[in-house]
Amino acid sequence: MPNALQLEGVSKSFDGYKALSDASFTVKWGEVHALLGENGAGKSSLMNIAAGLYAPESGHLLIDDNPVRLKGPADAARERIGMVHQHFKLVKPFSVAENILLGLPKRAGSHRARLLETERLVAEKAAEIGFAIDPRQTVATLSIAEQQRVEILKVLLAGARILILDEPTAVLTDQEGERLLSTVRKLARQGAAVVLVTHRMSDVKRFADRVTVMRGGRTITTLDPAGIDIAELVKLTVGESPSLPEHTRNEAGPVRLQVRGLRSPERGGRRILSGVDMDLRAGEIYAIAGVGGNGQSELANVLMGLPEPCEGEVQVDGLGDLLSASPAQRRELRIAAIPADRYGLALAGNLSIADNFAIGQVHNGRYGGFWRLREGVVRADTRAAVERFDVQGARSPGQKAALLSGGNAQKLVIAREFSREPNIVLAHSPSRGLDVRAGAAVHQRLLAARDAGAAVLLISEDLDEVLALADRIGVMSGGRIVAEFERPADRQAIGKAMVDHA
Amino acid sequence: MELITSWLGNVPDFAVPYALAALGLILTERAGVLALGAEGLLLAGALASIGMQLALGVTGLSLLAGMAAAALVSVLFAVMVIILRINQVIAGLTLVFFCQGLTSLLGTLLEWTNQPIQGLPALALWPLSELPLIGRLFNQNLMVYLTAPIFFAVVWYLQRSTSGLRLRAVGENPQAADAAGIPVIAYRFAAVMAGAALVGLAGAYIAVLSTKMWIADMSGGRGWIAVALVIFARWSPWKALVGALLFGCIEALIPQLAAAGIRLPQYFVLMTPYAVTLGVMIWVALSGRGQNDQPGALGEPYVREERR
Repeated sequence: MPNALQLEGVSKSFDGYKALSDASFTVKWGEVHALLGENGAGKSSLMNIAAGLYAPESGHLLIDDNPVRLKGPADAARERIGMVHQHFKLVKPFSVAENILLGLPKRAGSHRARLLETERLVAEKAAEIGFAIDPRQTVATLSIAEQQRVEILKVLLAGARILILDEPTAVLTDQEGERLLSTVRKLARQGAAVVLVTHRMSDVKRFADRVTVMRGGRTITTLDPAGIDIAELVKLTVGESPSLPEHTRNEAGPVRLQVRGLRSPERGGRRILSGVDMDLRAGEIYAIAGVGGNGQSELANVLMGLPEPCEGEVQVDGLGDLLSASPAQRRELRIAAIPADRYGLALAGNLSIADNFAIGQVHNGRYGGFWRLREGVVRADTRAAVERFDVQGARSPGQKAALLSGGNAQKLVIAREFSREPNIVLAHSPSRGLDVRAGAAVHQRLLAARDAGAAVLLISEDLDEVLALADRIGVMSGGRIVAEFERPADRQAIGKAMVDHA
Repeated sequence: MELITSWLGNVPDFAVPYALAALGLILTERAGVLALGAEGLLLAGALASIGMQLALGVTGLSLLAGMAAAALVSVLFAVMVIILRINQVIAGLTLVFFCQGLTSLLGTLLEWTNQPIQGLPALALWPLSELPLIGRLFNQNLMVYLTAPIFFAVVWYLQRSTSGLRLRAVGENPQAADAAGIPVIAYRFAAVMAGAALVGLAGAYIAVLSTKMWIADMSGGRGWIAVALVIFARWSPWKALVGALLFGCIEALIPQLAAAGIRLPQYFVLMTPYAVTLGVMIWVALSGRGQNDQPGALGEPYVREERR
């Protein structure tokens, strides 16, 4: 098969940080080529260069073996390169067709006629590749999976033949991801060149024709995934195999957190939370599994103390009603919260690592009273925590927290939340978007907290994570816990419970 | 009866500057640039149009001069906020103070202050002008009538053209627009300048057709009311037009009340538009309606290679 897109010896740095050094990559017509690597390995940066969004500092780009220079996304579109970004580039208040029209080349004719034409093209293309999409619907009302389909339709209708998908399955459920990747493979079989940027080994094994592994901004090797097993792939991406956390069943202690009949107000004939009952015991990890959007986020909000209208009872050991507790009382109870939105809720990106760390204990006077901040202590504590929790990329405590990569930002959150031995740990998708090693570190911490006697609640859509960590599993569907499982739990049975009650 | 007739007859004269200024602001802000400098652009447009009127006496050219002057001043603002990415609130406020100072200075130096000029004659739209009660609404200068097609053209552009769709995409999600190959910076520049030209036209109207002379700071806070009007209208041109008429009604009422012998403290009367603005904005906030109509990227500068 002839080469479609080639990147040779590409380097790129951001603010002195070398994101790519001498990376090379080739995708051929008719293949699905996976680009595998940990977070921060440079996969997205490399592909953003191919899509014309970033300009490389050195190296070149060849299309059909001819060197080309991309000045911007418009040039890339002209070369028939289309990229579906991890964070969708859609205009939310616009309709599907309007979004797609934006990316189409200028043509004569009235706007109205072009919009109708686009609606027809979208419907046609969607039917052809098996997507159910109404071209007139507003993007803001679509689910994540549907928005992704719009992105794919957008690049296809703009004439893309070299298709770059950046972490396409990260936001999808297992079934949705499978359907998407089958479609993508069909497109490759029809002659397109597909680049699949991912850190999921199973996607690579099942759907890729070739795989290029990236590590630390370099391309390590390119090989045939059929000839290598997952353990080998993991080893190549992380440099060494991370050990899976050892799990032994703990004897659970007394109930620390009791939820009874937790419901959100009725809206449009349904309640997002429709009567959650659960008990969380000391010394156990209770995991809530379920398909996304069944009330997990709302439950997490209620328990973490974020504004969320609800009624019902949440009793916590040592205080009573948690719903009316002030943030100070929550702190006093030593409830550690690890929200899903790391940068939005858990960290203040523009503040320093030290400030982000110290804020957890400012109230108890450890860092001085009202008038004085004992900066020396803050810095010393931060340094110790950064060391202990292995937060990498923290050159100094004064560095902005936003500069940390996803995994290290999460480690910083955990470092702060665990700085006082927590009684209760509330973790929502704690390893989402993290690479294998960072995810394993997060899991280690949760297990350690459990072993130290904390009651750990893990809300996660990743069934592997749930199965690896949980002592008990509650399946959430339609806003309540529909089934509970003891360890060792049967994966099939859980999956069935997740779908049956939907 | 006579009171109402002449009151209604004066409404367009007060409403047109609001309508044009709000339209210009909407055009700029739909592209994601927060335009707080309207008050300054009104003055720039007003002074330039007076100068042209005193020099040549051709009203059409004077209005065009007002548009050009405001557009020119807005280039400075555009460079500050789009290229240099200076905070748009601060840049907007600075623009106002800069224009206030500069126009006062130039008006005095060039001795344009208080020089009366000839405006445009009223054109009666027969037979509408013979209607009872509202007949005087159709006895206005040409620019009042021209405001309608200008308004329609801009609304058409924003809502019904592909270029308008792109401009709104730039204001809602510049990352998406950029990835779709739309030149974000160019669109924003054009939106700032075109919007400023409309605000300048409003200023020229106030000076050449309404007040018919130059007085320092003659915009008298109308630019700020236009800014509030856009928020009140949730960035919709039609609602802004309704708001402009509402404020036109209030302002036109003030001289009528005085003429009718209703004596109110002068400063109370002058305060009324601002009091209404305050009230309306509080009402919009409390009613919580249309909170999501604001352009998604309003006030946010765009850089391509920025990483979180």
